[in-house]
Amino acid sequence: MSKIIPIGPYHPLQEEPELFKLYCEGEIVKDIKWETGYNHRGIEKLSESKTFDQVFFLVERVCGICSTSHPFAFANCMEEIADIEITNRTKYIRSIIGELERIHSHLLWLGLAGHFLGYNTVFMWVWKYREPVLDLFEMITGNRNSYAMFKIGGVRRDIPNDKIPAIQEVLDGLKKKLDLLTGAVMDDPVIHARTKGVGVLTREDIIDYAAVGPTARASGVDIDVRRDDPYAAYPLVNWKVITAKEGDVFAKVEVRLLEMYESVSIIEQCLEGLKNEKEGDIEVPIDEIPAGMGTGRAEAPRGEVFHFVRTDGSNFPVRHKIRAPSYVNIATFRKSCIGQTISDATISLAAVDPCYCCTERMAYAYDAVTGKKLLNGSELVKLSQDRTDEIRKKSN
Amino acid sequence: MYKDLLYYLIFPGFIFISVAGAFLSWFDRKITAWVQFRKGPPVLQPFYDFFKLLLVKETILPAGGSRLTFLMAPVFALAGASVSGILIMLPALGLKSGFSGDIIVIFYMLAIPSVTYMIGALAAGNPMASVGASREMKLIISYELTFLLIVAAIILKADMSIKVQDIILAQVEKGPFIGSLSGILLFVAFVFCMQAKLGLVPFDMAEAETEITHGSFIEYSGTAYAFIRLTKYMMLFILPAFLCIILLGGFRTDGIHLLWTVMKMIGVVLLITLIRNTNPRVRIDQAMRFFFIWMNLLVIAAIVLIYFGL
Repeated sequence: MSKIIPIGPYHPLQEEPELFKLYCEGEIVKDIKWETGYNHRGIEKLSESKTFDQVFFLVERVCGICSTSHPFAFANCMEEIADIEITNRTKYIRSIIGELERIHSHLLWLGLAGHFLGYNTVFMWVWKYREPVLDLFEMITGNRNSYAMFKIGGVRRDIPNDKIPAIQEVLDGLKKKLDLLTGAVMDDPVIHARTKGVGVLTREDIIDYAAVGPTARASGVDIDVRRDDPYAAYPLVNWKVITAKEGDVFAKVEVRLLEMYESVSIIEQCLEGLKNEKEGDIEVPIDEIPAGMGTGRAEAPRGEVFHFVRTDGSNFPVRHKIRAPSYVNIATFRKSCIGQTISDATISLAAVDPCYCCTERMAYAYDAVTGKKLLNGSELVKLSQDRTDEIRKKSN
Repeated sequence: MYKDLLYYLIFPGFIFISVAGAFLSWFDRKITAWVQFRKGPPVLQPFYDFFKLLLVKETILPAGGSRLTFLMAPVFALAGASVSGILIMLPALGLKSGFSGDIIVIFYMLAIPSVTYMIGALAAGNPMASVGASREMKLIISYELTFLLIVAAIILKADMSIKVQDIILAQVEKGPFIGSLSGILLFVAFVFCMQAKLGLVPFDMAEAETEITHGSFIEYSGTAYAFIRLTKYMMLFILPAFLCIILLGGFRTDGIHLLWTVMKMIGVVLLITLIRNTNPRVRIDQAMRFFFIWMNLLVIAAIVLIYFGL
C-alpha cells in the first residue's frame, strides 16, 4: 500500500504554489503526479490588448527571476517581423543585461539548493554575494529586478562609458566570491554524498522529454540558443557552452557554477566592445510593424524561452504565444524522481530550477459533439462546494 | 525532604536546566546568525518562543489517530529529559552521591525523548509525520548502539565503575579521559551521537523542513509543542553536560573553575553549532551506514585502546 506525501500547494520546498503527489512505499517514491494551475494569470491574453511597447513591461512580469529573458525573446521576435537590424551597442547592452541576470539567477538557485539540502549557511552566503549583482542592476537600469530595458530596435538606457570601470570592479569582486563558492561546493564530501548519482537524467531522457537549458546540458546534450540561434552580441564574443555528462544533481550544480564564470567573461568582453562603439547609439527608428508572424528565442537561465507573435499591421499583437523553459523541464520529474527516496526526490524536483508561474496556462473543456463549453464558472463553484461537503461528511 | 524537592525542581533540576538550555539555544542561534551574516535573536527569544507557544497559541488536535498518545508523548519526553538531567547534575555538582548504576539509568532516560517524539508522531496520523517517525526510528536504532558502546567504554576506562560520581572521581585523579587517545575517539563519536540525539543537521532528517515540513512535529501546536520545545532546550544542556562529565573531567564550581566549567559547556555547544552550520542534511540510509559502520568501529577501536591502557 502506498501513501501520498504531498509537496504543496504550500510547502517550504517550493516558493510557488503547486502540488506534487509522491506515491511512496516506505521512503521510496513509486509514482509521482503533479497539479499545477494555482497561478494562472492570463498573460498571453493580456498581451493581445497591449501595444507593442507595453507588452515588454508585461512579459517582463512572466517570471520574476529571469525577468529579462522574456523581453529578450519578444524583442528578437518583433525584430524578425519588422526586419530590423539593431546597432552593435544595443547588442552589447542586451547581452550584458542577459548575462548579469544569468549570474543572479544561478546564484539564487544555488542558495535555494543549499537550503533544500538543509545547508542554510550556503543559502545565506550565496544570497549575500548575489546582492552586488542586484546593486549593479540598479546602477545600470534603475531597478533591482524587472529592469524595463528593452524596446523594439533598441534599449531604453545607455551604459555610459564612464560607468564601465565601476561595473568591472563589481565583476572582479564577484569572481573571487565565485571561486570561494565553487571551492566550498565542489569539494564538500557531504554534498557529494547527497547529490552524486541522485535524480539522474540520461541523454535519452532529455531528448525524449525535450528538456532545455542547464538541465539538458548537465546530461551531455549540447544545446544553447545563444550559440545555436545567435542573437544579440553572443556571436561577437568568445565563450563556450558548458556541459557535463553525469546528468545527476551534482552535474547540474557544476554546470550552473561554471556557466557563471562564462557569463562574467562574456560581460567583460561586451564591456570592452562597448568602449569601441559610439555612446548613445542605442536605438534605430521604427515607423511601423508590418503584418506578419515571427518567432523569437532567448536562452534564459533555465533554458530556452520561445515567443511567437502574429501581427496584422496594427500596434497590437493578434496572437502572442509564450513557452517558458519550465514547461518542458518539469515533465522530466517522472524520470528523475521515481525510484528515489523522498529526500532525493525533493532535491531532484528543485534541481531543474522550476518556475511554475511562468509556465501555467489555462485549459478549456469543450463538448466534442455540441461544441459547448463545459465547466463554466458557476459549475466550478458548484463542484468545489460539493467537494467541501464531501470532505466535511468524511471527517464527521 | 524539602531540600530534595528544591534540588529536583529548582537547582540543579528542572528550572535551572530549562533556563540554561534556553540560554544555550539562544547561543546556538546567535552563532548560527553570525556564521550566516545575520543579526540573530535577542537573548530572551527562546523564552518568548516558549511562553508564546505555552500561553497564547491554540492547541489543535489532529482528527485521526490517538489523541491521548499524541498529547502524552511530549509530557513523557519532558519527564525523561528532566530525570536524566537531575541524575547527571546532582553528582556532577557534588550535591548528592547518586546510586550505583545511575549511568545506565541516565542512558535509558536520554533515549526517552527521541522515542516519545516517534510515538507522538505515529499517533498524529499524518503521512509526513509517519515518514518522520520512521526516520526517527531508524536513527534511534543506529545511534543508540554507538551511544551504548561509548558508555561501556567509559565504564571500562573508569575501572568498571557504573556510578557517575566514581567516573568523575576517576577523572579527578587521573586527569580528564579526553587526555588519552581512546578519549579523543570517544569524544568524536559522542559529538556525532549528540548531533543525532538533538536532531540537528546533518542528522535532522526526522524533521527535514524542506522535505517533510518538520516531519515528526508537523501536527504539534500550542502547549503540546511548547513541551517539545522545552524538552529540546533541556536536551541542549543535558547532552553537553553529560559529555563534560564522562570525558571532559566533570564540573567544578569553586572559584576560577566555575569559569572553566562554563567555557567547557559553551565550547561543546559551539562545536555542535558549527557542525550543523557547515554540513548539509544526509539521507537516512547514509546516516545509518555512518553510525553502524564508522562510528561503531571508532568506538570499538577506542575500547581496544583502553584494553591496552591508552
